[in-house]
Order: sequence, then C-alpha cells, then structure tokens
Amino acid sequence: MSYNKSRFKHKHLPVNDLGLTYRDYEGAISTLCAGCGHDSISSAIIHACAEMSIEPHKIAKMSGIGCSSKAPNYFLNNAHGFNTVHGRMPSVTTGANMANKDLTYLAMSGDGDSASIGLGQFAHVVRRQLNMVYMVANNGVYGLTKGQLAATSDRGVKNKTGDISLFNDIDLCVMALQLGASFVARCFSGDKNQLVPIIKAAIAHQGFAFIDIISPCVTFNNHPGSTRSYDYVQEHVTTGAVTDFVPVKEEINHQVPEGKFEDVCLHDGSVLRIHKLTADYDTSDRFKAIQDIEQHKAKGEILTGLLHIDPTAQDFHELNNTTDTPLNQMKQDILCPGERVLGSINDSFR
Amino acid sequence: MIKPSINDFVIKFANTNGTGSASANNMFAKAMMRMGLPVSAKNIFPSNIQGAPTWYEVRVNEHNFLGRRGGKVDIMVAMNAQSFIADLDDIGDGGFLLYDSSKQIPASLIRENINYLGIPISTICLKEYQQPRLRQLFKNIIYVGALAALLKIEFGVLKTLVGDQFKGKQKLITPNIYALELGYQYAMNHFSCPLPIHVERRDLIGNQIMVDGNTACGLGAVFGGATVVGWYPITPSTSVIEKFASYCERLRIDPATGKKNFAVVQAEDELAAIGMAIGASWNGARSFTATSGPGISLMAEFLGLAYFAEIPVVLMNIQRAGPSTGMPTRTQQSDILACAYASHGDTKHILLFPDSPSECFEFSALAFDLSDRLQTPVIIMSDLDLGMNEHLSKPFTWNDKQKYDHGKVLSIRELDTLEDFGRYQDVDGDGICYRTLPGTHPNKGAFFTRGTSRDKNAVYTEKSEHYVENMERLERKFATAAEMMPKAEISSGIQNTIMGLIYFGTSSQAILETRHRLKEQGLPVDLMRIKAFPFGSEVKQFINNHQQIYVIEQNRDGQMRSLIVNELEIDPAKLIPILCFDGLAITAKQIVDDIDRHITKQQDILNPDQLIKPEVG
Repeated sequence: MSYNKSRFKHKHLPVNDLGLTYRDYEGAISTLCAGCGHDSISSAIIHACAEMSIEPHKIAKMSGIGCSSKAPNYFLNNAHGFNTVHGRMPSVTTGANMANKDLTYLAMSGDGDSASIGLGQFAHVVRRQLNMVYMVANNGVYGLTKGQLAATSDRGVKNKTGDISLFNDIDLCVMALQLGASFVARCFSGDKNQLVPIIKAAIAHQGFAFIDIISPCVTFNNHPGSTRSYDYVQEHVTTGAVTDFVPVKEEINHQVPEGKFEDVCLHDGSVLRIHKLTADYDTSDRFKAIQDIEQHKAKGEILTGLLHIDPTAQDFHELNNTTDTPLNQMKQDILCPGERVLGSINDSFR
Repeated sequence: MIKPSINDFVIKFANTNGTGSASANNMFAKAMMRMGLPVSAKNIFPSNIQGAPTWYEVRVNEHNFLGRRGGKVDIMVAMNAQSFIADLDDIGDGGFLLYDSSKQIPASLIRENINYLGIPISTICLKEYQQPRLRQLFKNIIYVGALAALLKIEFGVLKTLVGDQFKGKQKLITPNIYALELGYQYAMNHFSCPLPIHVERRDLIGNQIMVDGNTACGLGAVFGGATVVGWYPITPSTSVIEKFASYCERLRIDPATGKKNFAVVQAEDELAAIGMAIGASWNGARSFTATSGPGISLMAEFLGLAYFAEIPVVLMNIQRAGPSTGMPTRTQQSDILACAYASHGDTKHILLFPDSPSECFEFSALAFDLSDRLQTPVIIMSDLDLGMNEHLSKPFTWNDKQKYDHGKVLSIRELDTLEDFGRYQDVDGDGICYRTLPGTHPNKGAFFTRGTSRDKNAVYTEKSEHYVENMERLERKFATAAEMMPKAEISSGIQNTIMGLIYFGTSSQAILETRHRLKEQGLPVDLMRIKAFPFGSEVKQFINNHQQIYVIEQNRDGQMRSLIVNELEIDPAKLIPILCFDGLAITAKQIVDDIDRHITKQQDILNPDQLIKPEVG
C-alpha cells in the first residue's frame, strides 16, 4: 500500500535550476522495512536527480519483481514507472528505450531479479549497450519471500534459518565488465557521499551504466555470519578512489595535483573528478578492474567505487543508427509508405 | 492411361534441400499464374539445412479449387534418390515420372502403370558446365525447361520470369535461358509433346498477386506504423521479421540523414522479444513480435502482464504442429486455446484469423489500431501454410485517407484541462480507460504501471472490491472489443439449409471445393468463416440458424469448437468436429469424407432396424 505524503514544504528549501526542491523528486512513503538499504538508494536517487535538475517526467523508472523493484514507487512521483515481471526488466527497458531515446531510464533490480531469474536478460542488455542506469540493490537474499539465499551470496555463508550457500557467488560487476559495459561501479547504500555522485555520473554517461549497490536487508540478512550485514559491509568495504561529479555549468578552477586526480569528461560535458586513494587505480582498463575486484574479494574485502568507465563507447541507438526523433513521436506521413508505393509492391508479386 | 485434361493437375517436385530447387520450382508455379491459371504451391520441407528430402507440390485448377487435392499426384519430378521409391509410389495410375536417366534405374523400380520420362540431366550438366555448383543449380532449370515442352507452357513466359528474377544481374539471364532451352529441346526431341495433361492460357487471375503470408504480415506492420520490433528466430515465423526489416530498409530510411526510422532488436529469447514489444508500446510506439509454437508458451507470462496492466502489443503467431517442438516445419491451427486464454489467472486475448496474404496484410495493419484502441494484446493467428507458402491472393489494399487510431491517449493539453486523472477510471463506460505516455506532462498523468492489483488511480491495493471491480471492467472491455472485431464472413449462397460449416484461416482454401463436392452429393451447406475472437453476435446467430454445424479445423482437439462452446454456451452435441492434424494443409476430400461418414453414422442410428432392442420375454 502507498500512503499520501504530507505536501508541506519548508519555505527555505533550496531550489534547483528548474525551480524545484528535492521534495518534487520524492515518491510515496516507503513500505519497505525500517532501515532497509533500498530506502537509502531511493534517497540517493532523489538527491542525484534534484541536484542535476532533471525534469522528473523525463525519467522512466523501470523495475522487475522483488523488494528492490518496489523501490521506484518511493522516488520520483512525477515520473512514469513500470514494475514489469520477474527478471524481465531489461527487455522491457530495451523496448521502451527503442521507442523513446530522449527519456532517462533509471532501473532498479535485485539480486534474485538480475543474478538468478533474469541473468540472461541482464547479460544481453549489457551486450546491447543500452543507454540506461541499471542499479541492483544487492542484499544477497530473497527478501519478499522471506530470506532464501540469493546467487550473489558468498559461498559458505549462512542465511537466517541456517542454510549454507553451497555454490560460488555471481558477481554482477565482473559479468558486466566481461560483457563490455561502458560504466561499472559498486557502492554501499550506507555511503551516500559515494553513491550520489556515482548515480549522477551514471545518468550523465551515454551508454550502459551498471551500479551494484550493496544494500543490507535488515530483516533477513543482517545477522552475524552474513557478509551483507551493515556491520560486515562497513568493516570490509574499501575503495580505490573518491569520485566527485562536476556538472557542466560549474567551472573547474582549482589545480589538479598530478598523479592523485583524474578528470573524465562525459558525453554531456560534465566531468567526473576522481581522487585516487591507491596509486594503481585505473578506470580505463576493464580487465584490470576484474582483477582488482577478485583480488579484494580474496582478501575478504568489498571493493567499491567507480570500477570502469569508457566515455567514448557507442550506445545502442548509435550502433543501430536510429533516427534522432524518438520513434514514438513519428507521424503517419513518415511511417506509412502509402497507396502509391503499395501499388508497385503489388506489381512485384505478379 | 490417364484421362487427358487441360489445366487440372497436381505436379510434385521431389528435391534435396540446399540444392537451389526452390527458385526453379517457384518459377514453375509463377509461370502457371502468368498463363492466367489459378495455381497453388505447397512447400513440404524438413527442419534441416542441407541434404534432406523436400517436396514442392503444385496444383493447377481452373475452378479455383486450390486447397491441397490430396491423394496421388499426376506428375512427379523425382530428383532425389533418397526419396525415389516413395516418390514413385506417390504417382497415380497412368501418371508421369520425370527423372534423371543418367543412370539406369533398376528393373525393380519399374511400375507398369505409369509413364517414364527419363532425361539424362546430370550427363547434360556435366557436359555443359564446369563448376560443380552450376552443374547442380542448372539441373533444376533444365527440368523446368523440359516441363515447358511437356505441359505446353509458353516459353516466353519462362523467359520473362528469368528476366524478372535476375533483374540487375544481366549476366545470369542468358545462361538460365540456355538451361531452359536444353531441357525444352531434349523433351521436344525425345517425347511426344505435349502430354495429354497440359496447360492452356486462360484469363482467370485478374489483378491477383502471388505472395506468402509472412511477407504480407511484415508489410502490413510497415503500413500499420510499427517502429519497434523485438524478435527471436523461430520457424515458421522468422520471415515475418525479415520481411518487415527489409521493407523498412527500403521505405523507412530518413532521406536527409540516412538514419533508421525503426529499430529491430534480435532478442535473447522469446520472453525478451515480447518484453521489448511491450516496453515500446508502453512508451507509445507501435511495436510487435512474431513467433510460433514454443515461443507462445514462453510469452504467456508477459501476455498476462499486458492484459492486466493494459498495454497494447501485437503478436503474430505463425502456428506450426505442436505440442513441444512437434513438427516444426508442418502446419497446424493448434494454438487457439493457448492464445485465447494465454497466461495464468483469468485472461482473454483478441485473436485475428487471416485466411490469405491480402488478409494477413489487412489484419496486420488493423491489429495495431485494435491493440491501441483496446490497450491489450492482439494476436494474429496465421500458420505455416499461410505464412511460408505463396498463395494467389487479392492485391494488398490501403487507403491514404485511413488514419492510425491510437485510442485514448491523453495529450499534454488534455491533461492540463483535466481535474482528476486516474489511469484505470472507466470514464466512458466501455471498459476502456485513458492512458498517458511517459514524458508527456511535468506533473500530471504519471503513474506506476504494474502487474499487481491496483485501484482506479493505479495505486497498489489488496482490497477485494477494487480487484473485483477491475476484473469486471476488463470483462466489459472484452465485450466492447467484440463489437470492434472484423465480422465473420457468412455465405448467403444457399440460405436456410440444415447444415452449416464453420471454418477459419487456411482451411478456407479447401472450402470452395468442399462446397462443390457436397452440392454434387445433394448436400447444400451454408458457410461461415470466423475472422476474430471475441466472437461477434453473428457467430451465435449462424449456429442457431442451422440444425447441424460442422467445425472444420486443423488440430486434434477441436480447439475452435471448444472456444465456441465455452464462450457462446452452445450445446456441444450440435457442433461436429472435422479435424485434420497431420501437419499438411487440409483437403476438401478429407472434409467431405468426414462429413459423409458422420451422416452415415447418424442415419445408422436413426434406422430403427439397427437399434438394439430390449429382449421381450
């Protein structure tokens, strides 16, 4: 169920370029469990979109099935949303994007939705380089069906009822990198300072952007022994760099100390300013990114932050050579060849 | 000796697939049409790319009896050693065998009661051509040339066809005509031409075209304004998409930029294929997918979503023989119930049953209007026979005055003036609500599309009364749909007879001949061809107006009959099933035999002498 939120707005709330406050980007009141990591993701999305001054109705919220996929209800009330079927959000988003390339596609999925039932669709939407932001709220557990192990659970961990995860985990970031995603990041829902700029960068990125967001399930996977609990993640999270998002309009005026900072210019002219914490941090090499993830995992660490970006990659519409006008706005006079042409087609069959 | 006949015969070509026979055989069929003769051609092919037997059966008939004749053939062109024995057996007494006599056939394969027309085709090719590929390809052209002499086909017609086929490739024309000549001359010099069975020019074609249904479906989608396609290759539906794409490459390229005014996405499976189509339709683009058999099963979940969330989408089902993988290269009409009620829960879908390429074109374009207006899936129920074989057909028609009807979609201006928008409010009482498209209005009309229960304002609800109200409205919408569907075609030739025949789709090819045969037996029948589901009121009326109804269909279980019984509450005893499900197109002979058998059985029952009487003692 969804509750009506109070429409009260504080007089002095800051407004963005469109004259909107962050409250204009909110959704219905969340019905997820109190403390659910997914609510932090919703909040980060609200702040990212508000601060980027995106018109809310120019966003389409896409999701599959599960707790994660309910989340789009809780942000961006003025955007259309589509809660599709389990594991099939990528295909629906593909079609939606084919129909209207001008909207921003923000997709929310979960580990069951993307790493199990929808693994095939996940893999193929990565290959297709669809221009979208694909977020997985990864809690290593099936929340809505009450605590079964997910394919992203680490091998050997126990769920709340004591079942042991017997098999290797699926790392969606590694898969996305292997399949050629042009933007791959991993975040922790509890770290807003990291998550908000990365969501902004993913939106600004022209092409397929994947963010795996470790988002603890307070009800079914927050126990000792879980590797997706708040405590465990906080203790084991590490990052190679701090990423900041600098929108187009802001001038970059301070000096960049050599070696420690890297600026990546995005398609729309905005800039990703990367503050390297480790010397060998490199976002341009996807094979190295795979290695980094695996090496940290071997040490028991969760590597977060922007893992790979290729700002020059072509998206699906460029590869398809789709026309500039969104296909859903094409009129009959352009689409229908008409009577005369049909006459000559008939002749070709005589 | 076979009875001499003009313009009435069946010829069958037995080939090996992958040897280039298809275009030669097609040239033969097309030559019949260019001679002004009604013709039908059926390709009977394996699920295989190279080396397996394949047949092409052509029927020429002046009375337009163009369903499969069934029974044995008059002329067999046996070019495949693998199937030779069976092919020999397939020739009717007094019929003709045209074969490659380069090697002598063993005495055991000599039948007394047929005519052997041996042409040393391989030897001729070996002598004339150097390249192995050409030796193979021209074999086919040579037998077409020989048939021209044997059947008195105008040679000029064949020459024009070669010219048409290789337009722009001048170099290929002369060698092809030369190969035709080789066959023609050989037959002229060695046999008594023409055979007692042959053709004579007539003017029975009018402005008809000869084309396959899949081309028509693909083209209809171009004219209907489809821009987005998600698809997964599966026989026999693949060519729907291939034709759509190739017409788009010709007709839908932006002249200024060279960019595409369409997007065809090859999906990872059928689930994704229909998911894409639904996503695009949700966003306001006309979108479709095509599939058959197994694809329908896989798409069921998404069809339920589109039904319940009320998203338009067009699905073209080119049916093949099921269940499971079934006979993937044979025809059937066996997905009727699977499509009418696809998906879990209470669902119903709109079905259109085209019977010809011109109707494939018409229904394909129409499906987009219907689906937009009704905000629900529309499934076109073609089949392999219609989709992959070329049929004589009325030409495609389009009227430039007809405008796309996108149904109840609110514009930004309409939203501005609207006090209260609720996605699932039945404002007009017809069960069809107003929808909005993403990106239309800054702060009005946005909602969360979902497959879960929701109230009139698209807000999630688990309240029983909201759920029930919604499900009842969907029923109301389906009743509205029944009035929008193409009406069943009812023949008014002989009215008020006792017997009525119900048929649909490709069974119509056999109907003209069926009616003729029954009439000759003194059994006049009325006919009704169903074109759509939900059924219009005329369907029930036709059934009520007749004492006995035969439902002709190409499946084992009488699925259309079940649908009629279920939806119209007809007494099942009144509907007699006439079923053909061997994977080959239905024949008039079988329909008439089945009806006769039924009548005889009924008479037996009515005959008091044969009733079992109680013993009196």
